[in-house]
Amino acid sequence: MTMLKDTPLIFTKGSKSFKSSYIRPLDVEMPDLAAYYGDSYRAELPDMPNVDEITAIRHYTNLSNKNFSVEVGTYPLGSCTMKYNPKVNEDMAALPGFANLHPYQACETVQGSLELLHDLELQLNDLTGMDAFTFQPAAGAHGELTGILLIKAYHEDKGHTKRDTIIIPDAAHGTNPATAAMAGYKVREVKSNEHGLVDLDALAEVLGDDVAGLMLTNPNTLGLFDCNIDRITQMVHDCGGLCYYDGANLNPIMMQARPGDMGFDCVHLNVHKSLSTPHGGGGPGAGPVGCKDFLEKYLPRPVVVKEDDGYTLDYDRPHSLGMMRSFIGSFGVLVRTYAYMLRNGVEGLKEVSEGAVANARYIMERVKDYYHLAYDEDCMHEFVISSAWQKEKYGIDTNDIAKRLIDYGFHPPTVYFPLIVHEAMMIEPTETETWRDLDALAQALIDIAKECESNPELVKGAPHGTPIARPDETRAAKDQILTCTD
Amino acid sequence: MTAYLPMGREERREMLASVGVDLDHLFDSIQESQRLKNTDFSGLQKEGVSEFEVVERLTALANLNKRTDDYDSYLGAGFYDHYQPAAVKHLISRTEYLTAYTPYQAEISQGTLQAIFEWQSYISRLSGMDVSNASMYDGASAAAEAALMACREKRLYKVFVSAGMHPEYIETIETYCHAAGVEVEVGALNEAGQTVEFPAEKGYAAFMVQSPNFYGVVEDLSLVVEKAHATGALAAASCDLISLALLQRPGDLGVDIVTGEAQALGIPMSFGGPGVGYMAVTQKLLRKMPGRIAGETVDRDGKTSYVLTIQAREQHIRRERATSNICTAQALMATSATIWLALMGSSGIRDVAEQSAAKALYLQEKLLATGLFENTYDSPVFREFALTAKGDLDLNKLNQDLLAEKIFGGLVVDDNRWLLAVTEKKSKQAMDKFVETVVRLAKAQ
Repeated sequence: MTMLKDTPLIFTKGSKSFKSSYIRPLDVEMPDLAAYYGDSYRAELPDMPNVDEITAIRHYTNLSNKNFSVEVGTYPLGSCTMKYNPKVNEDMAALPGFANLHPYQACETVQGSLELLHDLELQLNDLTGMDAFTFQPAAGAHGELTGILLIKAYHEDKGHTKRDTIIIPDAAHGTNPATAAMAGYKVREVKSNEHGLVDLDALAEVLGDDVAGLMLTNPNTLGLFDCNIDRITQMVHDCGGLCYYDGANLNPIMMQARPGDMGFDCVHLNVHKSLSTPHGGGGPGAGPVGCKDFLEKYLPRPVVVKEDDGYTLDYDRPHSLGMMRSFIGSFGVLVRTYAYMLRNGVEGLKEVSEGAVANARYIMERVKDYYHLAYDEDCMHEFVISSAWQKEKYGIDTNDIAKRLIDYGFHPPTVYFPLIVHEAMMIEPTETETWRDLDALAQALIDIAKECESNPELVKGAPHGTPIARPDETRAAKDQILTCTD
Repeated sequence: MTAYLPMGREERREMLASVGVDLDHLFDSIQESQRLKNTDFSGLQKEGVSEFEVVERLTALANLNKRTDDYDSYLGAGFYDHYQPAAVKHLISRTEYLTAYTPYQAEISQGTLQAIFEWQSYISRLSGMDVSNASMYDGASAAAEAALMACREKRLYKVFVSAGMHPEYIETIETYCHAAGVEVEVGALNEAGQTVEFPAEKGYAAFMVQSPNFYGVVEDLSLVVEKAHATGALAAASCDLISLALLQRPGDLGVDIVTGEAQALGIPMSFGGPGVGYMAVTQKLLRKMPGRIAGETVDRDGKTSYVLTIQAREQHIRRERATSNICTAQALMATSATIWLALMGSSGIRDVAEQSAAKALYLQEKLLATGLFENTYDSPVFREFALTAKGDLDLNKLNQDLLAEKIFGGLVVDDNRWLLAVTEKKSKQAMDKFVETVVRLAKAQ
């Protein structure tokens, strides 16, 4: 059983007499370090407690008990694809032959790792319809930046100095405009039409010879596949821009349809979403970026190359956009990705997508009489409902309903996003939930809708019985207590 | 094979039929012309394989690699092989840390949030800075973000970067700065391997150095602060956290932005990642900082609580006016480093730092005594040092020959310099044998 215990900060623990003994005693002479470092030397020990092992273990075990996670229950956080993270992948990443490798070992000593990355590149090419990948990006947003910098490197190489604008739909993730801005671009928004898709007339209006490219998720953040995607990418290409595919929503189309076939020129993948690597409470993820042949020479260096006598890392890339970070990438995360790709194969990935779409559609159909469905279209892996009815009738907002779901044993959906839907709740159950799990989630949403009428205060006061009740976020922002000052 | 799907197709069909949806029409919104028809794949196999076959394939690949726990390694240059107590891996493997998302829902994420708050506190205490964020991707991108942050603060679009920074950090800074239209000026090291020449004119947003620098040399951070502030620039330093258990804290010396790579806090090297970057700044720069930040507050009942805070800087609110696009970073690795710090404690990290320093000095002296090398830079070093080969000693050949003796020699820089790192894990016996082997192989050249 899990007992919820108070967990004062680690800095309140430890003793004056305890000293850890994890490392071997010094076996060479200790020089006079104070004299050696002179003014740079610091005599005082760091201001940190000395905590014995069982106290530390209890502290971090008790803390962990205050977290909800995928292995505790359904986690329908829209756009985050909180699917099951296979255990075997953890074991594979921890193999000493992968974990105990220095990034600067000679290529001949890391042939297994380079072969893995090379194989994974071919698999990701198959998955996306691209021709080459870089493994440097450490996360989705980092991948976005890499992708937009590929586009930038292309335009610079071609002397397209006028192209200073990136087109982004109004339903896009916040990272898209933030990325474009980091890459030095202006952002121009394109409106969605009444079906929640890119409005082609509006797109035509914003396109011009100052456009460097378009950033798009498809299916979009409403969970809708844009049936005009061929037209959209064609229109962008016709005006001289390139098309970037944000892979955050790849899960429902794996081996069903591919960004490369839709006319996209480059793509990032969130392996911590579609490809099952764990989120870790906010990383580490990985955001490999793929591109078509004509952009390959701009990819960050190094890249893995297969030669007659084995695999090497190629650093000699004169057109490369540079490095996005140190070393080759988050290799440990990519090992997990590779294990997942092997385990599924083409047919497995295809059925993963079918399962993801089926599960979302099922819940949408079950709950749509109880919540306002922002766009009554056939959804893919996620859908967006709104608490507009509940807000209007009972003064209950999306946040209340989200918090009440916790009482029913579920992680809340993504709330107040996308921005184009008022009181939005974005629900993505993923394919790894059972019919029974889905029924329970649908029923909880229905029951809460009924509670809004029968017992609104119960909903407004949620959650009940969690480690903490609703925290005072305004006070946090005002007080700015960001470190332990004890 | 459908490895992780709980439902077969027939059950899925039945489930959908119960709400009036036809399984065969699920993908109707994707036009027929868009549907994947290619069946000629170069990487993916048609069918998935069993868990056993996955283990078999990956174990075979792992066995092709030569490992640092089997070979005697002297590689450093940004990633270091420090000991990780067994308890760390067990704790961060707990599913509650491993399989949670970013802690948006504070009521059911206090574990992650408090762990982040403790990480921020440790980073502040080690660096001497007011505030830290929840983590960055790595040391290189953290330094690049520091450059951009300084430009936002100063509204100046030029930074000065020491040539003593890790070459891949410099290249990452250049990538980010080029994108943002920021000019990067790289300044040389003096003959002692330190950064002492700085621009005297105004117009720079930041002066950036690394300490210990790429060659292991401890930089004079007070000088950087003095020179930077004299021109109105911010002082930014990329610092190794273990060295800060032994050396002056950048915050105490007036540094404005401290970043770095925290992999050295016992995180497995994993061929280059995942590690974890960190960033800490003065209170004045708080609102310009990228990334997540956890803060303390109370809940409705007055109970101490932690939440993500000061979010008005971030992409999901500010969109193109955000301080950065960063969101998911390295939370689990930050938790790993936090638990490492808790277990090691103040005496343990000091011990690790002192031993790493002492052993590097021991090895440096022994190698210099062979007469094969001279010190590249005659300055205090931490954990790592560069030697210049004398005469016609071929370092690349030496490294190649060392491999046959199950030794990863140091990193060869510019063909004639050898960058060697040792940590507390290295025994005197291993170093003595290494030096003997180097002498023997050098003679045979």
